[in-house]
Amino acid sequence: MSAVATPQKPWAKKPADRIREISFLLGSLAFSYGFVAATEMKGKLAYGFIFFVAYAVLSSTYSFLTRGAPAAKDALVKTLVALGAVLTVLPISSILFTVLQKGLPGLHFGLLSNDMSMATSTDPIATGGVLHAITGTLTLVALALVMSVPLGILTALYLTEIKGKFAGPIRFLVQAMSGVPSIVAGLFILSAVLYPITKGFSALMGALALTILMIPTIARTSEEVLLLIPNDLREAGTALGGTQWRTVAMIVLPAARSGLMTAVILGVARIAGETAPLLLLTGGGDKVNPNPFNGSVGSLPYYIWKAFNAGSPEAITRAWAGLLVLMVLVLLLFTLARALTSRKVS
Amino acid sequence: MSQTVTIPSPRQLSTEPRRSDKVFRGVVTTGGLSSLVILGLIALFLFYRGYEVLREEGLSFITSADWSITLDESANVVESNFGLSAMLVGTILCALVAVVIAVPISVFSALFLNFYAPQWMKKILVAVIDMMAAFPSILFGIWGFLVLMPSVEYWGKLINKYLGWIPLFEVNPYFFTRSPFVAGVVLAIMIIPIITSVSREIFAQAPLDRIQAAFALGATRWTMIKAVVIPHGRSGVVGGAMLGLGRAMGETVAVYTVLNIVFQINWQVLLGAGGNVASLIILKFGEASEYEIKALMAAGLVLFFLTLSVNAIANVIVKRTGKSGR
Repeated sequence: MSAVATPQKPWAKKPADRIREISFLLGSLAFSYGFVAATEMKGKLAYGFIFFVAYAVLSSTYSFLTRGAPAAKDALVKTLVALGAVLTVLPISSILFTVLQKGLPGLHFGLLSNDMSMATSTDPIATGGVLHAITGTLTLVALALVMSVPLGILTALYLTEIKGKFAGPIRFLVQAMSGVPSIVAGLFILSAVLYPITKGFSALMGALALTILMIPTIARTSEEVLLLIPNDLREAGTALGGTQWRTVAMIVLPAARSGLMTAVILGVARIAGETAPLLLLTGGGDKVNPNPFNGSVGSLPYYIWKAFNAGSPEAITRAWAGLLVLMVLVLLLFTLARALTSRKVS
Repeated sequence: MSQTVTIPSPRQLSTEPRRSDKVFRGVVTTGGLSSLVILGLIALFLFYRGYEVLREEGLSFITSADWSITLDESANVVESNFGLSAMLVGTILCALVAVVIAVPISVFSALFLNFYAPQWMKKILVAVIDMMAAFPSILFGIWGFLVLMPSVEYWGKLINKYLGWIPLFEVNPYFFTRSPFVAGVVLAIMIIPIITSVSREIFAQAPLDRIQAAFALGATRWTMIKAVVIPHGRSGVVGGAMLGLGRAMGETVAVYTVLNIVFQINWQVLLGAGGNVASLIILKFGEASEYEIKALMAAGLVLFFLTLSVNAIANVIVKRTGKSGR
């Protein structure tokens, strides 16, 4: 009977390795506290800096002693790279935390059912609310959707189904358009529509500017989704005698449905918090405005902007509460989009 | 009995599209051209509105730093000086500060995500970073003003204390509040997710066979990255940085809340006096007269072409990297 070699995993971390890593972490943590206490440095910045330097020195020295110079460099880079990841995530956790902490006191029962027409910026928090802002944002988004979804999806169809002469330049232009500053989109609508034609603030004006910002997001995401649809489906449609129109309408688009939904939701998330063009175009009224084609209309970003600029403590709390509502909205949209994408393309 | 033989007439075969297809192609092509039309209209209308001011000011619209207008009682323009140079310098300065801060952090975190992070952590981090890219700019602006600004001013003072002998970090007069550096840090936080996700995608395309070959030859992770990933992704990262630069230049609200706008060219990053074209538009729009609005339109046109060209260059660079699988 020959002995059977048991499978080994030499690359897996052994308990000893884990203990060593944790002790390195704790050691540099303790060192950073000691160092900061001993010298005249102070503040979170000093703690963090010393901690990372200490950890880098500790781990690379260990690697150098056990495995030589290349391993030491590797350990050093590993620390640096982890530092990069920490610095990326740190701001977002700070933002989430601050908005929750400062926004929660601004929430009250009437928040979603009152508007600000009877409240001034120094009134207690419990008066007024964001009803006008929410209805305004919904109106803006709905109008922008009506205009941008057809244009965005048609652009994506042109790039994937027709593949005409201009496909290259148009792909390039759509990318360029996604970089158009939002304030420029606002100025454009101001100069092209508001001044010569309507001469007054309205939700439609804001929605037109948002459409310009939304089209590239929808077009690019939809293009990616449509490229994922297998060509067999298109060929099968044509082989069964379908015209290109029938193939696209009955086969390709239904197959890409959930992906296209994702594109639309990402587009909405892109514009839901857009502020600059609304400052130029919507007037930011304090009352619910049922007419989307005439009169100034409020919106969440404008509400936050106004409250922030009013500057009184109550107004700042209102601004944080508005930010909390806006952030929850964006998070919901984003989670929805991810949930839809993670499902397989049927 | 004569038999009549019916000979079937040959079927008509045609590659001519049906009418429905013609309509379909027409509609889709029209829709596809919408981006071209919109971009063209933006340039056209802003030029049309701003033409008067551009003609009046000529080249000094870009080279002078004055921004003033005097009106008499009946709102006629007595004297006007519109120059964007301070704003343009400020825009570029803030954007450069942002890119200089954001690029190393983004590249490191993209490397971490691709080659160091365990799978579960990668999934969470990617979702979080993508979500951060969708956060509204007003959130960054207000958070930056109320939470971040005090610390960044402190960092500014530290930099000035130890590196003040470098002309860029000089501060004269001694005033740190709302400096381009603060705006640059806020912008950096906004563009880190963009540069990270572009770099991450480029790094993920690094050829797997070469990665494995490098490991098989005994490379450590860092030597593998140095030998395979960085040569493959270098220009892609440059493109991603340019995309971030374009975004940073066009950002309005987040900059407006944290930047002190002064009509004087200032290259001292830490000094509390900056400029920004987009913020200028928001700042002046409220009380602007008809003639000044035209100047703002012209400023918008300049900003439009600035961001458009930066973005175009960025996209060309990113695209070229994707194709060349070195």
